Amino acid sequence: MKEYRTITQIAGPLVFVEKTEPVGYSELVNIVTADGTVKRGQVLDTSDDVVVVQVFETTAGIGRDSGVRFTGETIKMPVGKDMLGRILSGGGQPIDGGPEIVPEKRLEITGAAINPYARGSPEDFIQTGISTIDGTNTLVRGQKLPIFSGSGLPHNDVALQIARQAKVPGSEEQFAVVFAAMGITREEANYFMADFEKTGALERSVVFLNLADDPAVERTITPRLALTTAEYLAFELGYHVLVILTDMTNYCEALRQIGAAREEVPGRRGYPGYMYTDLASIYERAGIIKGVKGSVTQIPILTMPGDDITHPIPDLTGYITEGQIVVNRELHRKGIYPPINVLPSLSRLMNLGIGEGHTREDHKKVSDQLYAAYAEGNDLRGLVAIVGKDALSERDRMFLEFADLFEDRFVRQGLYEDRSIEETLDLGWELLATLPEEQLVRIDRELIQKYHPNYRKKAQG
Amino acid sequence: MKKRTEYRTQGVLKRISGPVVTAVGLDAHMYDVVKIGHEELMGEVIKIQGEDIIIQVYEDTAGIRPGEPVENTGLSLAVELGPGLLTSIYDGIQRPLEVLVDKMGDFIERGVSAPGLSHEKKWEFVPTVGAGDVVEAGDILGTVQETNIVHKVMVPPNVKGGKIKKISGGSFTIDEIICTLEDGTEITMLQRWPVRVPRPTKEKLNPDIPLITGQRILDGLFPIAKGGTAAIPGPFGSGKTVTQQQLAKWSDSEIVVYIGCGERGNEMTEVLTEFPELEDPKTGKPLMERTVLIANTSNMPVAAREASVYTGITIAEYFRDMGYDVSLMADSTSRWAEAMREISSRLEEMPGEEGYPAYLAARLSEFYERAGRVVNLNGTEGSVSVIGAVSPPGGDFSEPVTQNTLRIVKVFWALDAKLSQRRHFPAINWLDSYSLYLDALDDWYDREVSPEWNPLRAWAMGVLQKEAELQEIVQLVGSDALPDEEQITIEVARMIREVFLQQNAYDPVDTYCSMSKQYDMMKAIRYYADLARAAQASGATPQQIVSVRSKNDLPQIKFIKDYEPALAKIQEEMAAEFDAMRAA
Repeated sequence: MKEYRTITQIAGPLVFVEKTEPVGYSELVNIVTADGTVKRGQVLDTSDDVVVVQVFETTAGIGRDSGVRFTGETIKMPVGKDMLGRILSGGGQPIDGGPEIVPEKRLEITGAAINPYARGSPEDFIQTGISTIDGTNTLVRGQKLPIFSGSGLPHNDVALQIARQAKVPGSEEQFAVVFAAMGITREEANYFMADFEKTGALERSVVFLNLADDPAVERTITPRLALTTAEYLAFELGYHVLVILTDMTNYCEALRQIGAAREEVPGRRGYPGYMYTDLASIYERAGIIKGVKGSVTQIPILTMPGDDITHPIPDLTGYITEGQIVVNRELHRKGIYPPINVLPSLSRLMNLGIGEGHTREDHKKVSDQLYAAYAEGNDLRGLVAIVGKDALSERDRMFLEFADLFEDRFVRQGLYEDRSIEETLDLGWELLATLPEEQLVRIDRELIQKYHPNYRKKAQG
Repeated sequence: MKKRTEYRTQGVLKRISGPVVTAVGLDAHMYDVVKIGHEELMGEVIKIQGEDIIIQVYEDTAGIRPGEPVENTGLSLAVELGPGLLTSIYDGIQRPLEVLVDKMGDFIERGVSAPGLSHEKKWEFVPTVGAGDVVEAGDILGTVQETNIVHKVMVPPNVKGGKIKKISGGSFTIDEIICTLEDGTEITMLQRWPVRVPRPTKEKLNPDIPLITGQRILDGLFPIAKGGTAAIPGPFGSGKTVTQQQLAKWSDSEIVVYIGCGERGNEMTEVLTEFPELEDPKTGKPLMERTVLIANTSNMPVAAREASVYTGITIAEYFRDMGYDVSLMADSTSRWAEAMREISSRLEEMPGEEGYPAYLAARLSEFYERAGRVVNLNGTEGSVSVIGAVSPPGGDFSEPVTQNTLRIVKVFWALDAKLSQRRHFPAINWLDSYSLYLDALDDWYDREVSPEWNPLRAWAMGVLQKEAELQEIVQLVGSDALPDEEQITIEVARMIREVFLQQNAYDPVDTYCSMSKQYDMMKAIRYYADLARAAQASGATPQQIVSVRSKNDLPQIKFIKDYEPALAKIQEEMAAEFDAMRAA
């Protein structure tokens, strides 16, 4: 392989190389420094005159005396059956002291788009055991449902609880978990790993760790390596795979860093204008394929800078993903775990996975009614602050109390409490029964007579 | 005089930067389609700068090197139009996705071409004109029963026409000649039309017929006319896509073109699985039979996303030319605008507002201007209604795409995250939304629904407006502090919201509400309001009036198919309850 010593410019993570033979766009590059270290990079722009290489590691040590080798192929990920149970670096190298991965295949990490015509309809209800997800923001197999959180909130606990408890009722198969960490601290990583080991989840997991002090540019490939692995496990080996990506905010920061180094015209808040397309190329790698056994379900986690849901990172994410679970600081301060605020949360695929034949016939309408009643009660809190409780009508007071009850009983649950969907829905009815029956306008009479505790009691006694 | 050098169609690549590449050594015109590299990826010329020809590529360019060949086809980006369009699902450059699955499996690989229409399939052509007849551009030559829709085969708009020498019925592929003119022009069922050029029409008509959608807040309060334009802006999660899909399902147009532009793959799958199962309320046939889908999901190449909107509207115009009413849904135009921004930034063009190219406004207005109710070249009347979803970043309507769209469209359906959070669906804000077609459509509602309808709508809007004002006071002092009369207004407004405006897209009955049912429901609310006012005048307290039980049954009417007896019963009970109140 030809080695060029024609580096003309180094700026941030970018290296400019001149007078090369034709080099392919996106090609993998090895840069050899004077002391013999090999650093990897990728071609971002190629022309007859100059080739721009983005280096995944630190550019420390690279100089005009470094050698550049173009490998002639795009970045590929070696994948194999024995990957389950392994811990890899953010660049895909084993870091658990175990042997190298024996590759059965080497796959392009960019991953082609699933043909929309080949996609199967996601409709298998995943029971996470968390009422605010199962009951009101249901996750289904093949969905991408991010957790929008803020710094200092227990999103990691929520993610771990989902990873621990997720199952499709009536099916014995367990999920394989692909876990990709981008820019998280060593401490957080240890916390995840300890839980994985304690619950035995590690043996059905593949872990990619790019830590806070690892090169930022490497973060841009970590989720792609993870998803390539997930797709292999799902569509070639038939696993149902749950992919957890944390923290996507760090990924976007890395993207901005590269954009700035390339002197691109920035979009909102300095993030590159193509961030939507770039994020889509990650998030869209979830789903199921008609006639193929496995599935990829994605739970990306991101921390909203300043808890601002309109910030470009959560905003663009929300436009791509099929809903979002919003972790809320106020609930957290009230001491409620999991502090999931159902009002801004949403699962777009919920209706495909609930109802008769999936969960229970009353699911949709119970969920709508809980939402409406909680929203109304929550609004009244503002009013109470101004006029006091006494000025409220009796109807209003009932809704106000409902909101408190909802947070205390429906939202709050234990870290290891695994509620079945029946328990969640019955709990919902129990809370709704505190309201007069004619206020339940979202539910048809038939369902009320079948499931409302008043009628159930009558039927039993 | 300088000798004209030969036109060079072959060149080589000089630079590759993502979806934008530069070629040298060939001649080209703007928007020519070119083939890139050994794999012959499809691209389109978007800029010419001296020797440099700058091309946007519709497929992934990873691994392509400088020095690879480039060939100019000399054609502009065009779609194939003819029998076989309906029920198809295409990517942004009209490659049928079903064929692509056969050719390259479940994932979309690059370098595979596939024609938009089947060139093998035979269609039964029945001529409606005969030899010796004189036809002009756009005239209908005959018909093909495509699905339950009759496909009209026309003289292409760019053919001059003349006297027919020979025309024959029978079984033909789209490449076989069905008609020969005296001057030797041969006509097939296939037309090719460049997507960036609007298809010609004779004249534009005024939009005075509403597009009935079965959605109460749209038909009832903010109607769009056939041939009109509407925008649905809203933050994520406010129900844009559901609203678009409801329109695609239930609007009373004969043909629907649905463009999934840079949206979610799973959502397109939902459309693909649902539409064949749903029935057209008018014909009872599967909705898919009248539908053309274009799916360029967010992770498919960005340049093809830019083209998808043009591909869609050209297909819509083609069906309009046959005399059909066509609705086009574009979800979402913001993704289209972002595709323009992405390409523009790769071209290193001077950016306008928020990085969008300065020609954003021009492109948007050109697109929406292709809507309209028209007299076609062949004298038939047809329409293209365009409904564009807009996804404003952070739900902020002051951003460039929303603002530039609102300057053009006549109907604005403002989606509101607050409403969707309390599960008020469709989450269309009744105070911010508007329709500029109301005046033009008044006559139609008078004639087709009831002369009482227009006053009834004005009354309902008045109540909602009043409620908004009162809510501000309630927020400060509580509802008990309001005068009796206004407490009733609040209650009536709540009924309009919960009974009339809220509609459940997932309920088999409520998903479509006929105009006559809408009228009856609104009349029932008005009936209560009138009784309430009368009772109040004769001394009843607001508490008594609000606690009338029979009105609580009104929401149930939504879920009952043959609702008339139930509604009549509720109204009788209401009257009885108010009578009792007066007697007491």
